[in-house]
Amino acid sequence: MNVWTGIGRGPSVPSMTSTTSTTLAMHMSDGIVNAPVSFAFAVIAVVGLTGCCWRARADLDERAVPMAGLVAAFIFAVQMINFPILPGVSGHLLGGALAAILVGPYVGALCIAIVLVVQALLFADGGVSALGTNITNMALVSTFAGFLVAMAGRRFVAGRSGGRGLTVVSFTAALIGTVCAATGFVIEYAIGGAGDSSLATVAGYMWGTHALIGIGEGLITAVTVTAVANARPDLVYLLRRTRDAGQSTESGQERVQAAGSEGVRA
Amino acid sequence: MSITDNAAAQSVGADAPAGAGGSWVRRHIFLLSFGMVALVIAGVLSYAASSSPDGLDSATMRGCETVEIDGGEALRGNCIAQHADDHVLASSPLADYSVSGLGNSGGIAGVIGVGVTVLVAVGLFWLLARSRSDLSARSRSDLLARSRRDGTEH
Repeated sequence: MNVWTGIGRGPSVPSMTSTTSTTLAMHMSDGIVNAPVSFAFAVIAVVGLTGCCWRARADLDERAVPMAGLVAAFIFAVQMINFPILPGVSGHLLGGALAAILVGPYVGALCIAIVLVVQALLFADGGVSALGTNITNMALVSTFAGFLVAMAGRRFVAGRSGGRGLTVVSFTAALIGTVCAATGFVIEYAIGGAGDSSLATVAGYMWGTHALIGIGEGLITAVTVTAVANARPDLVYLLRRTRDAGQSTESGQERVQAAGSEGVRA
Repeated sequence: MSITDNAAAQSVGADAPAGAGGSWVRRHIFLLSFGMVALVIAGVLSYAASSSPDGLDSATMRGCETVEIDGGEALRGNCIAQHADDHVLASSPLADYSVSGLGNSGGIAGVIGVGVTVLVAVGLFWLLARSRSDLSARSRSDLLARSRRDGTEH
């Protein structure tokens, strides 16, 4: 991941004496969208995460628990690494697609939500009343969008550790997941945003920067997933799903063949 | 991490299927390495992170310029970020990823964050996994009861 440190270093490091809420904040602060919209998205987040808890139980056996915990911790760590995307503008991993590919969408969404809660409550990063919007965008939207892309590209994933297909699918899922998360913010801003910036300006800027951030997200996701898949393919959720699906189509074909031969006999 | 684990996975993987009982040590070596990578990223690599605002922050700061006032920074102009409230926990001991009273302590804050995150996550997932085993035990006994009932009917 240290590929980032060499490229296009940002402008000189600003003084660390600042006290405004804009320093080292990585997520939405309170007050960016109004209270009713914040509340509505808090309800969406709670409902979504409850559903994830419900469905996650099917993916969590004793072996999966430590891996899922470490995925959350790893994403917390990598989110700290802001990489430059434009002069004076940086980006950082959101982690939704990464989590979904490694531990599945339900456990993955919970991983991101835990990271966001720890960041908001322990490190004062991301507003407390903005937790609903932040969780909706990054834990729910980016994770499930990334997972849908990964599942759509599943047929390119081949072999025991996924091959080059898994790398490309991971990159694409992360890129699209990031742009979808940015779209979540654009929608929230459209419904109840503060300030008088035009929606078109905000949307254009968010999509533009997050397409670039998505490339970084894609690279980090592809490198991480490929490394885990090479070391422990059995710990990659997408590979398990692909293998299971392959087995069921094989047995399906066998069944069809058996039915066919019976037909011949009859 | 990947090179040694890779070799280990391949050499053992040749004669033992993945997930076999003997892979306990290998799996825990992998998990330990994964955790160490997270700690190194949060504790060391985080010092190399760009300090520029991220995509979202710069979107909300468009139209403003940052000016220094009394050793602090303020936004001048007209932008979304001016509507942002100060964080309600802004004076907490780990606010802004630094340990209060310690200069340049982003790495320590990061290591604490990795530890807290893994504890919270393992706690939640362990509870969910346990409720699942309760559930599957219940459904298994339901199935048993049903098959016994069906057996007596036939």
